[in-house]
Amino acid sequence: MANQIQWGRDFDAALAAAKGKLVLLDFSAAPM
Amino acid sequence: MYPDPRVIDFVTQHFVPVRVHVKDNAADFRRLGDRFDAHWTPTTLIVDDTGTERYRIEGFLPVGDFLSHLALGLAKAAFARQDYAAAERQYRDVLERFPDTDAAPEAQYWAGVSRYRATNDAAALKATGQAFREHYQDSAWAKKASVWI
Repeated sequence: MANQIQWGRDFDAALAAAKGKLVLLDFSAAPM
Repeated sequence: MYPDPRVIDFVTQHFVPVRVHVKDNAADFRRLGDRFDAHWTPTTLIVDDTGTERYRIEGFLPVGDFLSHLALGLAKAAFARQDYAAAERQYRDVLERFPDTDAAPEAQYWAGVSRYRATNDAAALKATGQAFREHYQDSAWAKKASVWI
């Protein structure tokens, strides 16, 4: 199990690579 | 929510995760916020590979509730692609794993609709209406299902 989520930063690249998977797009103000 | 190991596991298993930060990624936050009409944090969207939003969670939720809504979003995405067998399975998974959350009565409603879509058998709707007499009687979804009895 991963010990943290590996957040991507580029939504368009994630969408292009998703290929049948779902993208979880998180709009956040939490400390990075 | 996100530091919780159950959330990490669920997100890693089911999604390609992308975060846009209101300050650190301000340009993307504005651009994508305009595209998806998302102007508040936290807002979490489930987007399919065509770029279509399939589910939205706005505002903070405790871990169990957050997970239940992520699972509900998976089911809604399956329903949207007309994979009704998978949708019913995933809606029933919400019911089994998160029976005490706000997502559960919605999942019960849509599990019945998914079964009906898969089988074209109106008995699926009647059974769902009857199920609301035993669980989630006071929910808005019970009112919606009452017409099926």
